[in-house]
Amino acid sequence: MYRLMNRSHSHEGIRQACARGALVGLVLTFVALIGVFTAFATIYVVRGVLSLSQVLLALGPLLAGRAQKAGQRLSWREALAGGLSGVVAGTFVGLLALAVASVNMRAVLVNATPQLVRTLTFGLPLGLGVISLVGFGGLLGAAGAGWVHVPSRLRFSVALGLGTVVVLGALRQNGLAPVLAAVVLALVSGGAWLYKRQWQELQTSYELFRRRNESLLAVLRWPLALVFLLAVPYVLGTYGTSVLNLVGLYVLMGLGLNIVVGYAGLLDLGYVAFFTIGAYVTGLLTSPRSSLGVGLSFWAAWPAAMLAAMVAGVLLGIPVLRMRGDYLAIVTLGFGEIIRILVLSDSFKPILGGAQGIIEIPGPRLGGFQFVKPQHFYYLILLGCLLAVIVSRRLADSRVGRAWLAIREDEDVAEATGINIVKYKLLAFALGASFSGIGGAIFASWLHAIFPNSFTLLVSINILSLVIVGGLGSIPGVIMGALVLVGLPEVLRAFAEYRMLAFGALLVIMMLARPEGIWPAKRVREELRRG
Amino acid sequence: MATLEVLDIHSFYGSIEAVKGVSLTVEEGEIVTLIGANGAGKTTTLNTISGIIKPRQGRILLSGQDITPLPPHEIVALGICQAPEGRRIFTRLTVLENLEMGAFLRRDKDGVKRDLEHVFALFPRLAERRHQLGGTLSGGEQQMLAIGRALMARPRILLLDEPSMGLAPLLVREIFRIIREINAQGTTILLVEQNAHMALSIANRAYVLQGGRVVLSGTAQEIRHNPEVRRAYLGEVS
Repeated sequence: MYRLMNRSHSHEGIRQACARGALVGLVLTFVALIGVFTAFATIYVVRGVLSLSQVLLALGPLLAGRAQKAGQRLSWREALAGGLSGVVAGTFVGLLALAVASVNMRAVLVNATPQLVRTLTFGLPLGLGVISLVGFGGLLGAAGAGWVHVPSRLRFSVALGLGTVVVLGALRQNGLAPVLAAVVLALVSGGAWLYKRQWQELQTSYELFRRRNESLLAVLRWPLALVFLLAVPYVLGTYGTSVLNLVGLYVLMGLGLNIVVGYAGLLDLGYVAFFTIGAYVTGLLTSPRSSLGVGLSFWAAWPAAMLAAMVAGVLLGIPVLRMRGDYLAIVTLGFGEIIRILVLSDSFKPILGGAQGIIEIPGPRLGGFQFVKPQHFYYLILLGCLLAVIVSRRLADSRVGRAWLAIREDEDVAEATGINIVKYKLLAFALGASFSGIGGAIFASWLHAIFPNSFTLLVSINILSLVIVGGLGSIPGVIMGALVLVGLPEVLRAFAEYRMLAFGALLVIMMLARPEGIWPAKRVREELRRG
Repeated sequence: MATLEVLDIHSFYGSIEAVKGVSLTVEEGEIVTLIGANGAGKTTTLNTISGIIKPRQGRILLSGQDITPLPPHEIVALGICQAPEGRRIFTRLTVLENLEMGAFLRRDKDGVKRDLEHVFALFPRLAERRHQLGGTLSGGEQQMLAIGRALMARPRILLLDEPSMGLAPLLVREIFRIIREINAQGTTILLVEQNAHMALSIANRAYVLQGGRVVLSGTAQEIRHNPEVRRAYLGEVS
């Protein structure tokens, strides 16, 4: 009886190991067929030795072997199960290589190319390549199973070292030279091995230092942050600063949308409209080539841009006062599209320029000083963001903020409590729009030209995503969200079109793992923890 | 002079005329109850008084002043506050935050503080749970919170919509005891109830609603002994 149970137990184990391998094998097959391996084959992590696609290929069986439930210590059974998962995963990839090599599937699967076969089989002859795929799969699977049992200090240092090599190598043109890779691995792993304990000590001593000098740090915190923010463009250089400028514009708009969506709970999918209005008003008022031909300065134009956006916010707000949730989202979506189509339309072409947009928009000028370089605009954007942060903070803690909170939580009860729904909703729309209007004004004067295709629905979606990913209703969340959602894709440019794939996957994982956002507002965090 | 006068109001719920000419008065210091079956127009009447629904016809006077065209928040400011049906509270705010939200329109901080203590004295259970989220309270506690929040606006007239709904009999009795206490401390109460028995036991006067019209009115005593009411609403088998 016991033997029987034991056997069925191990059968179950074999079945599960195969299932894990098959799952990983399917994922790898999918990733291969959408062309990731072929593209990553030319991105070398270690020059001439290891490509990013090989790293990705190795990661599959490793994870498959790692995925099983680990016992107290490494048993032969666990290692075998891991190996089995790896073999199954390797077999899937091997079969894929065989299939692609023998049948021409390119009519349906564009990426099923001979090149893919070469990548998958490491450039070896087909038979040998498939055998080595299966063999390596088994070894890596077993290694994955054993990985859990490696002492944590060693595991941490090796993982950190390998991770550093992969990231540095992938971001560097042509990867790291083999010697350099070895040096980086040795330095990082060795350093982490030696200093893991010290690192913890360092953390505790910093903690002590912080506690002892709390009042001093409290005084110094803002000046230090300001000095840091002021110094950033000198460290980053021109390209880095223009990326940061883009992030800053999104922070400004994100803070505006955060008032509407995060504070007042009104889902707005057409937020780009106010950005468009801010940019076009600035363009019309400042460009000498515009139909108005008034040629005002930036400083005279931006308040007008802000006001125009506010008025538009109220105009949008009035018809949607009684709408909620999905209906509100659809109407605001339509509003965003209407504005974009208006600026693109032929009937307004004499005024707004149609598809040609507005050009020759002058940059701001202060006395004799002309804003030209991204670094100059950085300070302008920083100023806008700081103002937006201060306004947002003051509002959130005020009576107005409490009214928005009540409306967000339950509009009917808010009304019964005596809160003027109309007034506070319109206030949210107007204030939110005004931030975006300022953003549009800066955008127009920075690029010197604006075209309708800069103001698509995607901008609205990006802003909404960064507010949600960062943490609804949280000011630091908006900043983190903009850094991750706007900054990261720029940094990932090396990966060409696959950056959006990686980015999308990151978003999904992020929302599954941390639905409250990167840096959630205190209230939201508590709700999600308790709920 | 009557504190609250409702004169022949006609109100629509969507396209259905839910209230077809209701008139009633509530005097200072009274408990008046509106009883009737489901769909008789009780809640619509209450929502019309608090301004959430605008009547097609008819007027509502508060101490002689016409409040019919005013938006809900101004009506609250004039002293009519409603605890909505179905224990509507802010589920994701704490008990304390809910109560503070009830005092949104008031600017007398000391007065609000006193009233907060007063509400906590009326509902000791809320005091114990002041930092708990509204949504984690039991049904009875949520109803207490809804009433407490309405009280925080320091209303002259408190409108209560089905405070007994879905509560255990023991809790119903507790809630009604507190309603009587609130009234004894000087707040006029207009109470909508399906539990006619309980409502009539604490009210001074009552109106019976049927199909959007007042079919019967009088002192609670009279209504309670009306054979028609006894059969239809008090569950007496004849």
